Amino acid sequence: MKFLKLSAGAMALTAGLSGHAWAQTALTMWYHGAGNEVESQIINQIVSDFNASQSDWSVTLESFPQGAYNDSVVAGALAGSLPDILDVDGPVMPNWAWSGYMQPLQIDESVIANFLPGPKGYWDGKLYSIGLWDAAVALVTRQSYLDELGLRTPTLDQPWNAEEFQAALDAAKNSGKFDYALDLGTAWTGEWYPYAFSPFLQSFGGDIVDRSTYLTAEGALNGEAAMTFGHWWQDLFANGYAPATQDGADRDTGFANGKYAFSWNGNWAALGALSTFDDTVFLPAPDLGNGPKIGAASWQFGVSASSEHPDGASAFIQFALQDKYLADFSNGIGLIPATAAAAAMTENYKDGGPMAMFFGLTEAQALVRPVTPGYVVEAKVFEKALADIANGANVEDTLDAAVDEINADIERNGGYGH
Amino acid sequence: MAIVTPENRGLRLVVRYTVLTIIAVIFCFPLVFMIMSSFKPSQQLLTDTGSLRAFLPVGDLSFDNYIEAFARAPIGLFVFNSMFVTGTTVILTLLICSMTAFSFVYLKWRGRGLVLSIILATLIVPFETIVIPLLLLASKLPWLGLHGIEWGWLNSYRVQIIPFVADGLTIFLFVQYFKDLPGELIEAARVEGASWPQIYRRIVMPLSGPVMATAAILKFLAMYNSYLWPLMVVQKEQYRPVMVGLQYFFQLNIAWGEIMAYLSLITVPVLAFYLLLQRAFIASIASTGVKG
Repeated sequence: MKFLKLSAGAMALTAGLSGHAWAQTALTMWYHGAGNEVESQIINQIVSDFNASQSDWSVTLESFPQGAYNDSVVAGALAGSLPDILDVDGPVMPNWAWSGYMQPLQIDESVIANFLPGPKGYWDGKLYSIGLWDAAVALVTRQSYLDELGLRTPTLDQPWNAEEFQAALDAAKNSGKFDYALDLGTAWTGEWYPYAFSPFLQSFGGDIVDRSTYLTAEGALNGEAAMTFGHWWQDLFANGYAPATQDGADRDTGFANGKYAFSWNGNWAALGALSTFDDTVFLPAPDLGNGPKIGAASWQFGVSASSEHPDGASAFIQFALQDKYLADFSNGIGLIPATAAAAAMTENYKDGGPMAMFFGLTEAQALVRPVTPGYVVEAKVFEKALADIANGANVEDTLDAAVDEINADIERNGGYGH
Repeated sequence: MAIVTPENRGLRLVVRYTVLTIIAVIFCFPLVFMIMSSFKPSQQLLTDTGSLRAFLPVGDLSFDNYIEAFARAPIGLFVFNSMFVTGTTVILTLLICSMTAFSFVYLKWRGRGLVLSIILATLIVPFETIVIPLLLLASKLPWLGLHGIEWGWLNSYRVQIIPFVADGLTIFLFVQYFKDLPGELIEAARVEGASWPQIYRRIVMPLSGPVMATAAILKFLAMYNSYLWPLMVVQKEQYRPVMVGLQYFFQLNIAWGEIMAYLSLITVPVLAFYLLLQRAFIASIASTGVKG
């Protein structure tokens, strides 16, 4: 009997101590950061802080390696096993929303009023996802190179125009000091192509698809501006300014080894470049006629369509949007915080910080990739077209074929809801 | 063709072994590169790829990549998961497929030819074409667990094992091998009053070492290297196998040295298993004509 009393007492005590947790409704979350120790620590800290901050919801996190994440989500959607909260790469979000994997967020949008535009994931007029950071691409070089080649240092207010950019490439090539003037990162296949190179096309005045309707690529990807871009792109390789093919090792070490004068690279590689040369500078994208452009939108949080607790899931996401967490992610993994206030809290992006230029770059030049469910197909078509043109394919034929392929896909999918 | 004489026999042997040694070395290059690179910092590793230094233990060598790799991913868990799934699948496959083949070869039941043809026809169906129906099926199947009936097999070992415990290739291997066993042995055993299970267990299987080794190695490699299926059906880290775990190392800034360390570690079980069974494997290939 004594044992029974003791057991009952212990159970009551346990129930009392953990009553806080018992009252919480369980939410599940998938995140793409497995394998990144720092990133995992930060997201776990946010989850832990959220669970301790209130008594309604308790989030449990399952991390996936980034390379396997999208396929896992698609499989999870097919199997009906999606979590409440998931993260999604910005340009992919419209496809997942259109496919019925996601539902609109239920957060107070005044909270994100000061956010950079890139991290805001809108589809069909509704906010489906929101990111804690953005990413940006810049032209990486050394101040000493600019000085030796007699080049003006471009600024956000006064980026190089097309002629100046061409003159810079010519100067680098003619100096005989480098194997190539420009490292475009052609070794990085996949999303790098539309993310890094479609801004050149947009700076010429073209686009991957006609954004006024999203129902055709006609005129956008094979119009006069796009053809001019195509020939410019092909000439970069044909005239020896940049290598059309590249191996991963060359991409990782080429600029550091002095093989290239300029490297078109992202802010995630900036700290490495800074540590390699003490006079590393990050230059804005050139204005090729229609304004300087760079890509925008990185990973963002959203709520799955199958979540039975979208209010709880949205509450977590809103909780994660605090400046201190934005700053933590930035300090931890080097990405651009989504607000100026958070940027001021970071080592790299505060005024005078070594990567502050990237924040201004995102504010001034960022353009999100086409906001359409068809983007996932259009991106692959665009990548193949650019690779073919780089390797000598006829520009007009290649871009016309790409337009046909994109239009056929749009038609096959009933216009993707546009 | 030149005639072999006592005078040139030595020279021919030298030439033959030289060529074979060169081919063997070339085949070893990837493994040597992987192991050597696993001890080098990423920067040096990438720089060395342009020269023979990539295959030599030179430069700044250390175990740092291994230490970092263990910090980045639960490698022990992934290797255990893969070994458990692979080992269980191999054992069940050998059992089920050999019994199936036994019934096709020795039990004279009506329609066995047609059924065998259908099973062999599955060899030409790529797994990728059935993966989505299989996923939908696996996500709805019942399972009797400790807490009663559970629905859905996702996030478990069974979903990685059971769909693969029988396959057309393994059945085909056993059928071909059993057909070549002396029929007199089976007839003699039947005359002596042995039952079919006794013949399977006491006569056929003890004679099937080579085909068992071949089937085991082929199945082991297929299961140990599987990526797509576990990627789709396993969402919890506790059940992830080594190939999905490899993705942990592909971050924005790829740590090539750690990748090489991870690959070196997960290659050890494969090499050990192959070395264990290689004699029987080669004997089986020689007798069945199956190419690995």
